[in-house]
Amino acid sequence: MSIIIKNLCYTYGTGSLFEVAALLDVNLEINDGEYVGLIGHTGSGKSTLAQHLNGLLRPSSGEIMVEGIDLTNKKADLMAVRQRVGLVFQYPEYQLFEETIYKDIAFGPKNLKLPEAEIKERVYEAMTLVGLDHSLAERSPFELSGGQKRRAAIAGVLSMRPKTLVLDEPIAGLDPQGKKEILTLIDQYHEQYGATIVIISHNMDDIAKVADRVVVMNKGTKAMDGTPKEIFSRHDELLGMGLGLPQMAEVVRELNKRGKNVPTDIITQDQLFAYIQTHRAV
Amino acid sequence: MKDITLGQYYPVDSPIHRLDPRVKIIAAFLLIVLAFIAGTFIGYAAIALFLCGITLISKIPFSSLFQGMKSIYFLLLFTFVLNVFFFTGGEVLVHWWIFTITSQGLVRAVFMALRLLLLVTAATMLTLTTSPIALTDGIEKLLSPLQKIGFPAHEIAMMMTIALRFIPTLMEETDKIMKAQSARGAVFDRGGLWQRAKAIIPLLIPLFVSAFRRAEELAQAMEARCYHGGKGRTRLKVLKLGGADAVAVIVLLLFTGMILVDKILLTQLFPLLAGGV
Repeated sequence: MSIIIKNLCYTYGTGSLFEVAALLDVNLEINDGEYVGLIGHTGSGKSTLAQHLNGLLRPSSGEIMVEGIDLTNKKADLMAVRQRVGLVFQYPEYQLFEETIYKDIAFGPKNLKLPEAEIKERVYEAMTLVGLDHSLAERSPFELSGGQKRRAAIAGVLSMRPKTLVLDEPIAGLDPQGKKEILTLIDQYHEQYGATIVIISHNMDDIAKVADRVVVMNKGTKAMDGTPKEIFSRHDELLGMGLGLPQMAEVVRELNKRGKNVPTDIITQDQLFAYIQTHRAV
Repeated sequence: MKDITLGQYYPVDSPIHRLDPRVKIIAAFLLIVLAFIAGTFIGYAAIALFLCGITLISKIPFSSLFQGMKSIYFLLLFTFVLNVFFFTGGEVLVHWWIFTITSQGLVRAVFMALRLLLLVTAATMLTLTTSPIALTDGIEKLLSPLQKIGFPAHEIAMMMTIALRFIPTLMEETDKIMKAQSARGAVFDRGGLWQRAKAIIPLLIPLFVSAFRRAEELAQAMEARCYHGGKGRTRLKVLKLGGADAVAVIVLLLFTGMILVDKILLTQLFPLLAGGV
């Protein structure tokens, strides 16, 4: 089992004027190889939860076990956790700092104290994974385009070969082509290495397409947990939480308002199209 | 990192808060100068009491004030130690190896530490009772006569306003970058001085780049709203001196008088109280 979280609570600024309970009694288990979409309104605790997964934040109370490492233990080996769980922040291109792309991607493996030869192998492997031409290795990160920078930043995390990859809004601010490329590379990493993926996103359509499991956070607690079909069919609940629906789910909703009785577990364009085709001649 | 009281505004309604920022700025300067002039323990005690009085009237909890003092604790200690051991005069109290503590050294060390403490307290009181905008408005107004000789008072005030406004933003950004680099195995809180200095690079460079990027965006936004510098620029809130300000000025003048009298008279009459400084 990759990640086991029990009764996790986290409060920001304990004891100060600005005390905020960000996570309240969260219970979650993520298995090896799962592709999880983590959704929720702003402030629901998604990012806070994500930062617990690699030990950046420690729980105020509760238990959390990541890849066999108990993160409630003060002496937990953080370097090991961060190698096993890679976390890509929102707009990761803003963390690039090295003189060359090669050096920046090598930052992670270097911190892991790996030998030069291995570092070299990993850097080029990561560049291939994210679709960056190897010729760019000696260029300065600041010379690259926005899309290339983002891919370089993701490569910087992939070079650590994490077993679990957590991405916070990986496609924020990208054009449709860019979005497609990033989602494809995440998928590739998932398939190639059997990695566990956790994506935080506001984009319901993308989650509906790629995730096998959806976890919905609401006001610091886990509100829903299930397959995309199960979760996105609960239209009213999701809208009540201030969340949107996948576009097709909205179409289904409108159709049903007009008495069409379309099953609510239809969430993608292909599914809707198939349904309409088989129910057309009435 | 998030606890820097030095510079943080404590929003509460009090007679001090309502004073014109120009009066408060001059008062702070005056108190700092007095802290360096006052030559006697009585003088320092008077200034300390004055500051306590202001704190009480301003309805600011003493704990906020102490937070600001905590940040210079190390500097205070350093100053004290330096003066105690390396300033000599008067009778020798302790002698050990190359270290000597003399009576005058001790007094001087205490005075130096007190001056620093009073300086920080006065400055902290200023920023606690005056919002950043009021502060820069006050500074701009005070410096504006200098514009006649070409001193860019408005631009300087604008720079300060922008810097203050971006402090929380940049702090948040620092936090975010630290977390992103930690996620890749960076360690910021371990190792010797050199190691820590090297560890800061993955933090500083993205931060600098981000700051420049924000500056450029802000400049464009300001230009798009027809900002062209200080010439002909008017304000929504115009600073006006009131009755309370007059009272404050009179109190300050009286207090300054007192301190000067104390210094001149008592230093002549009671050199012991002056500690010979």
